[in-house]
Amino acid sequence: MAEVQDIEIRDSAARSAAAAEELQDAHGEKMVLNMGPSHPATHGVLRIVLELDGEVITKADPDVGYLHRGDEKIAENMTYTQFIPYTDRLDYLAPLANNVAYALAVEKLLGIHDKLPPRCQYIRVMCAELARISSHLLGLGAFAMDTGAVTVFLLTFTEREKIYNIAEAASGARLTNSYTRIGGLMRDVPPNWVDMIRVFLKEFAVALEEANTLLTRNRIWVDRLRDLAVVSKEMAIDYGLSGPNLRGSGVNFDLRKNQPYLCYKDLDFDVALGSVGDCYDRYLVRMEEMKQSMRILEQCCNKIPGGAENKSHEPVSIQDGKITLPSKQKVLSSMEELIHQFMLVTEGVNCPPGETYFGHENPKGELGFYINSKGGGTPYRLKIRAPSFINLSILGELLPGCMISDVPVVLGSLDFVMGESDR
Amino acid sequence: MSALESANKIKAKFGDLIAEPTEFRGEITLTLADPEKIFDVCQFAKRSLGFDYLVDICSVDNYGEDPRWTVVYHLRAIGNGDEIRLKTDVSEEKSELPSVLPIWRTANWHEREVYDLMGIRFSGHPDLRRILMWEGYPYHPLRKDFPLAGKPTDLPGVAFTKVTPMEGGPFVTLPSSGDSIAREPRVRTPEDAEPGVSDKRLVGGKLK
Amino acid sequence: MQSQTEYGYNSKIEGDVVLTTVDAALAWFRKNSVWPMPMGLACCGIELMAVGASRFDISRFGSEVMRFSPRQSDCMIVAGTVTYKMAACVKRIWDQMPEPKWCIAMGACASTGGMYRSYATLQGVDNIIPVDVYVAGCPPRPEAVLDALIKIQNKISTQPILQGTVAAKLLNLQEK
Repeated sequence: MAEVQDIEIRDSAARSAAAAEELQDAHGEKMVLNMGPSHPATHGVLRIVLELDGEVITKADPDVGYLHRGDEKIAENMTYTQFIPYTDRLDYLAPLANNVAYALAVEKLLGIHDKLPPRCQYIRVMCAELARISSHLLGLGAFAMDTGAVTVFLLTFTEREKIYNIAEAASGARLTNSYTRIGGLMRDVPPNWVDMIRVFLKEFAVALEEANTLLTRNRIWVDRLRDLAVVSKEMAIDYGLSGPNLRGSGVNFDLRKNQPYLCYKDLDFDVALGSVGDCYDRYLVRMEEMKQSMRILEQCCNKIPGGAENKSHEPVSIQDGKITLPSKQKVLSSMEELIHQFMLVTEGVNCPPGETYFGHENPKGELGFYINSKGGGTPYRLKIRAPSFINLSILGELLPGCMISDVPVVLGSLDFVMGESDR
Repeated sequence: MSALESANKIKAKFGDLIAEPTEFRGEITLTLADPEKIFDVCQFAKRSLGFDYLVDICSVDNYGEDPRWTVVYHLRAIGNGDEIRLKTDVSEEKSELPSVLPIWRTANWHEREVYDLMGIRFSGHPDLRRILMWEGYPYHPLRKDFPLAGKPTDLPGVAFTKVTPMEGGPFVTLPSSGDSIAREPRVRTPEDAEPGVSDKRLVGGKLK
Repeated sequence: MQSQTEYGYNSKIEGDVVLTTVDAALAWFRKNSVWPMPMGLACCGIELMAVGASRFDISRFGSEVMRFSPRQSDCMIVAGTVTYKMAACVKRIWDQMPEPKWCIAMGACASTGGMYRSYATLQGVDNIIPVDVYVAGCPPRPEAVLDALIKIQNKISTQPILQGTVAAKLLNLQEK
């Protein structure tokens, strides 16, 4: 015989009272949500452990290190030139800028960073500014895609493909260029390079205006970004922010202006500053920086020593056999150059003992290299001061108080990249 | 140069604790003799001299020398752009420094990274745990006596590491505090090769 | 007089009927709708995004959407360096993907650890998950990734689907 079970059918008032009682028990309990390393909106492998009270975040603990590859230890076992490909992969959205930063840091240790040939300086500046545009474009595209505006992503990627073409013409690779060498560049740019950049600038102006029209005065965009995650001036300086994050809070500090290197002294450009320090300001600073980079590129195209085709054969590397590789004809015919080539390739550039720090204005912030050398061709200690690592540390203070759907907006506005953060 | 003026002011205030400021490639370096005083020096630098921006905290392993650790602080004054470097030596037995987190909040993650990779503790840090390696990793990888290939570990269910094969691969320098010629693999003899790591390209072409 | 090109079958003779095996038809459906699960970890992740963007357009091969949910995807593209800290997470996501699933190891770091021979890098993702196609390059050109996808499609077209299953027995499709 089947078992008989009594089912109590309560009336609706009793049922809603029971439900309210259950809700009362749940009220005050916080939920821990793991925004895991594999997530479409975390811009790489970042893990944030969020404590939520309903939809509002009460605590945020970012967990980095999922891309820690041991770059600094590898650097102690490589010559200075052998480490250049590793610098590409730090901020992999702007590899040319990292190459320039590292080359300048080693050249500062050697004492030649202000004695580079002028053509080399101009080409390096153009590479750095192209990298800046490329990085800001991807930051903007991914940021917009995370908030829902997918069109901007495809728009910015098309422009980035044009920058890839330009970088490929100069160095041979689309993404990880390794274009600079200690004391100069890998090789001179092809004769049509400057024209490629001029054509790109014309087309990019149109595309940037399009992205501007789509986003800047867009009601949804402004509503989502305005007054969110405000970083005051004091907070920005205290937390060591750099780059557009620092300038978005109103601090007028740009390494290209305050500690000029290469030929930035001869170029005319403005520094974009925010006023409030919210996500919208940081977005506007990045848009304006792209416009200023276009201005710098325009000037460099007109002023590059040797002109586009380098008919006067200006050197692009320091002509010193102890620092840069001599030309192949000399190596194969003359003893001194053969020895220089041998020493440079096997032992590396002989750097004096001492320590230097060089900070470069990367698109993400200040990329700094602290090199502690005890002489010889490999560094004793190489520390990479990664802007993304430091920019991320502010998340623990910035996220509490925001809603959970604001998290992609805050992450996108800080514009970090995990390759650099974790090294 | 006003960075030199600031350095001289620090020397004037702290007297014998600070060595004479040295200059190399346009940068001023100050060495502090007593690591316990780093908090006071940094506070003086921030409050009285305007170094409100901490650029970087770095650690160096002077393997084979005593004191073993050197901790390097890079300070900057945002207003006028002056930069200064503060160095202090910590012995291996102590391996501890006061934290400068109350002065600059950016020191939080820098000190966690130094602890994680080098093993130097910071007293007064509210949350000193590993940041780049996972919680429970037993070693401090950036030390000179830790091999580049890594050591095997096991944290069941979470993480593991194996020794990376280095045969025929890049050359690996020896841990020592000498210059790079002294650390090179070509200087090595078969006797002092590390056990378990074979380097077929040895001096004299002798294979192990 | 109009010239007619014959495409292998003439509808006037065969009469709008195509003959094939069930397996071949199912494989055709399957291979032209491989939805990737992008495990974009490092620089190769950027080239993966470029493959999905408009110049190289992976969706013309059927990979219309990059599904970030493992339960909805067919092919995991491991793009970037897998560190030991991340390895457990990659394995977990692989386990959550339903059969049939394939894996592309994109780039040098995912295939063998790449140039990062260090204490923190897993020397190849094939230490933890079975890989079908390895793509060389650092990062590989988007064309190389598309080539890998085509190789996966060729592999899918040769895999038996209904052969040896209960459904085949019921439909009397299996050879006695």
